[in-house]
Amino acid sequence: MKEYIIRLVYIEMLGHDASFGYIHAVKMTHDDSLYLKRTGYLAVTLFLNEDHDLIILIVNTIQKDLKSDNYLVVCAALNACCKLINEETIPAVVQQVVDLLGHAKEAVRKKAVMVLHRFFQKSPGSVNHLVSNFPKRLSDNDPGVMGATLFPLYDLITIDVNPYKDLVASFVNILKQVAERRLPKTYDYHQTPAPFIQIKLLKILALLGSGDKKSSEQMYTVIGDIMRKSDTASNIGNAILYECICCISSIQPSPKLLETAADAIANFLKSDSHNLKYMGIDALGRLIQISPDIAEQHQLAVIDCLEDPDDTLKRKTFELLYKMTKSSNVEVIVDRMIDYMISINDNHYKTETASRCVELAEQFAPSNHWFIQTMNKVFQHAGDLVNPKVAHNLMRLIAEGFGEDDDTADSQLRMSAVESYLKIVDEPKLPSAFLQVICWVLGEYGTADGKYSASYISGKLCDVAEAHSSDDTVKAYAVTALMKVYCFEKAAGRKTTLLPECQSLLEELSASHSADLQQRAYEFRAILDLDANAIENIMPLDASCEDIEIDTSLSFLDNYVQKAIEQGAEPYIPENERSGTLNISKIRNHNAYEISTHSLRFEAYEVPKPVVPAKIPSTVTYPTDLVPVTATISEPSYQPSVQPTWPLVPVSDAGSALGSTELKLRLDGVQKKWGKPTYSSGASSSSTSNFELDRNTVNGATKPDTAISKPREPRQSHVEVSEEKQKLAASLFGGTTSRSERKQSGKVSRTTNHGEDKVQSATVTVPITTAAQAQPHPPDLLDLGEPVGYTSSYSSTVDPFKQLEGLLDLSQDVNATAAGTSNGPDLMSLYSDADTNGNSNQNLNPVNGSVNPSKKPALLTKGPSLKDALDKDALVRQMGVNPTGQNPNLFSDLLG
Amino acid sequence: MIHFVLSISRQGKVRLTKWYSPYTQRERSKVIQELSGMILTRGPKLCNIVEWRGFKVVYRRYAGLYFCMCVNQEDNELEILEIIQYFVETLNRYFGSVCELDLIFHFHQTYYILDEILIAGELQESSKTTVHRLIDAQDSLVEAAKEKENTVSYIIAQVAS
Repeated sequence: MKEYIIRLVYIEMLGHDASFGYIHAVKMTHDDSLYLKRTGYLAVTLFLNEDHDLIILIVNTIQKDLKSDNYLVVCAALNACCKLINEETIPAVVQQVVDLLGHAKEAVRKKAVMVLHRFFQKSPGSVNHLVSNFPKRLSDNDPGVMGATLFPLYDLITIDVNPYKDLVASFVNILKQVAERRLPKTYDYHQTPAPFIQIKLLKILALLGSGDKKSSEQMYTVIGDIMRKSDTASNIGNAILYECICCISSIQPSPKLLETAADAIANFLKSDSHNLKYMGIDALGRLIQISPDIAEQHQLAVIDCLEDPDDTLKRKTFELLYKMTKSSNVEVIVDRMIDYMISINDNHYKTETASRCVELAEQFAPSNHWFIQTMNKVFQHAGDLVNPKVAHNLMRLIAEGFGEDDDTADSQLRMSAVESYLKIVDEPKLPSAFLQVICWVLGEYGTADGKYSASYISGKLCDVAEAHSSDDTVKAYAVTALMKVYCFEKAAGRKTTLLPECQSLLEELSASHSADLQQRAYEFRAILDLDANAIENIMPLDASCEDIEIDTSLSFLDNYVQKAIEQGAEPYIPENERSGTLNISKIRNHNAYEISTHSLRFEAYEVPKPVVPAKIPSTVTYPTDLVPVTATISEPSYQPSVQPTWPLVPVSDAGSALGSTELKLRLDGVQKKWGKPTYSSGASSSSTSNFELDRNTVNGATKPDTAISKPREPRQSHVEVSEEKQKLAASLFGGTTSRSERKQSGKVSRTTNHGEDKVQSATVTVPITTAAQAQPHPPDLLDLGEPVGYTSSYSSTVDPFKQLEGLLDLSQDVNATAAGTSNGPDLMSLYSDADTNGNSNQNLNPVNGSVNPSKKPALLTKGPSLKDALDKDALVRQMGVNPTGQNPNLFSDLLG
Repeated sequence: MIHFVLSISRQGKVRLTKWYSPYTQRERSKVIQELSGMILTRGPKLCNIVEWRGFKVVYRRYAGLYFCMCVNQEDNELEILEIIQYFVETLNRYFGSVCELDLIFHFHQTYYILDEILIAGELQESSKTTVHRLIDAQDSLVEAAKEKENTVSYIIAQVAS
């Protein structure tokens, strides 16, 4: 029987269906002999998911086995608990698992801790009262149990840091003991003392220390010690180093540690191993948020990574670039990103890259023209993947210009947009969203300055409508655009005759299946029959910039609400005051869990019902539309009366639910019901097809703050280095404007909300320019440049014995040495590049200039021997062999 | 946290799967297909990390066998790489210079070892000695049970009942 079950597992692993045998696996867990029981548990954990019907048959067995005298049986049952016990069955076993925390065997204690952790992940509510057990286990005699306890604690601390602040000292203490090799030798891994425990501890410390100066200070020494001791020749040593860097970038910054972290990153980036480069780029991305200047010394390494054939590395590098974009280097970065976006096929990453391009372009665009060109490119290549909101933003931007006072700039922008669109529009395959933008812009501004005749534009528009006959939205946009073109013509008093193809298009659309298209066509005809004066009234030029006022407080409903309350309806209770009732249900819920006893109680399975409401308060935000409401925010006097029976309040008017107290009003909902149709409804042009609709597609609002058109960094032209790479480097890293500027502008651009008016657009630019002038440099950065500390710590990280080991291993592998030497010259040139670049920076950048020259020569002189050693170590690591010394042929079999 | 552990041979044959997050049978085969397509085609000098559906898959090659682990975006890749190495070293110690055939013929043993190292997607024991002690204890118990089954008195009892 056992053989059959094992074969079944194998079949299932190969991807065939073996569900007919599940029941036998379940039966096998009931068997008395441990030998069969174990197989049964193994098969069951591999077969069943936690929500499988057969689980109920196993729970009883698990309960019995958890009480077994044989600790191996208990272990097997605990293993099964992790996989099989679901939210509903947790109460049936949780008490037994807690009892096992005091078991004599450390293996059982360890597993019990992990099982409780799993329960906590699955349903935090069911084990909340047991949380206090975890810190106690931290002082367990067995390091394995202590290590296991770190996992649940990490999760708990991620949720809420404050209750665990007092544990900082003990964590630091443990870490110190681990680093000083106080743990049993068996926990050593590749000569590193208990590295996995160290890493977990560092992660926890990073959480505890973030934004907390006092706790961070306790950690500085131990982190410094670990970094100094870590063994850069082995993978695991680097893993610890990386974790240290993450920790340093998360806790309250210490200048000295930042410096060591920067050194470690330099080593990562210089390494030949792609893994280490990847980690280096990632670490750089973290550290750059604290000290933006450190990127500069690594510019060439970063660019190498960008040109690497490895896709993963490339992607990570783009992530880094995205993080360090500022207005001086946005053009280069976005261009690169677009190139990359075009080259990949994966939709998931294409979407991500496209939205990043758009975001960067909106925030930092140096000129309007560039912005439009960039957006065109993004739309052309990934138009269907970008958020439709982006298209509307673009339309709005074109309509309103950039907020500068002179209208000529705006109209120039419009003309350049029109021109570029006329060029593009004939291309056969364009995404729908982009076509909509094109149609709208052509309709609105195509004839504005008289360069193109109405018949030319309308001909193009007809072509668009015909070429994309399957896309109703595009057709609707095209017809409305046509209507606008003719109206403007007529209003200007010129003679207009409908083109024949336009005529036929209208006829076709009048008989369209889509009611929306039909209505548009008929409206078009009706308008054409009117006289010029009337047309001017319905279709004023540039109407899209008019403001539409939205009454966000819904005050026009006050009377209605008043009346409803007088008639006995319950007043609206704002959601933040409803918490009282929820707590009650939570407490009730708690009790239900605590009375769960040892035997299997079937009532326990009904517990999840209260769980649902109990979980909500932690997430806080309700979907406002669902909350039954009767009053609006404009009457604060009603708010204090908290009614515990809120779920029973009858919904007197679902509509008024929208007037909730939330500061962020859901404008889309409001518009659809009461407001005039604005652009969000215009997007789905299948809704009300009021002909005014398209004029309103863009209503008054602030524009993305692309207005900060900084002169393109003059530095680039000064740098006279022949190599293309260096130019790129300079353009990427050259700017000195700090990152905080970006954050600010990002915030501002997010406030662009329709319903605001132009007044804000004036204020938008103000904070940005001041930020740029202020140049906020964190004080720590300047400390970076102590050359003495740099060189000494640098040389100390290379252990001469490790180099020797690397050499030994290399001699066994001829290929490896060949590869190593061929890499030599490249690296050499890299160093010299770095040097020249450092000098050029020195001329241009007085702040960094004082730092760089002292560092770079130091790097150069150390070149050859260090470089060789690094090469070799990296190669050895790539072969998957870590020089352990005790058993060199450990993996001879696997390595072939 | 580790979402699943996969082991694929160079030909794309699955040798070991362990799922720590719920996946249906269909999702599983899709995942395996996608990942083996991505990982097996990668060159030898590239980094051992693949980004996939917002997760990261860390893999390591041993002769003709790839071990992959899928982890969250914020996990430490080098650490995962070392967990793989640690797992293989443990296997090596158990089987005595492990090879692909060991994994095929004793794959249930492999699962037992994996269960001692990882539990619920986290590393539970980082001491090789402890893992071996546990596995040996289990094995000796199984041996004892087997011997008992072979004794005459046991067989008679079985027949009698």
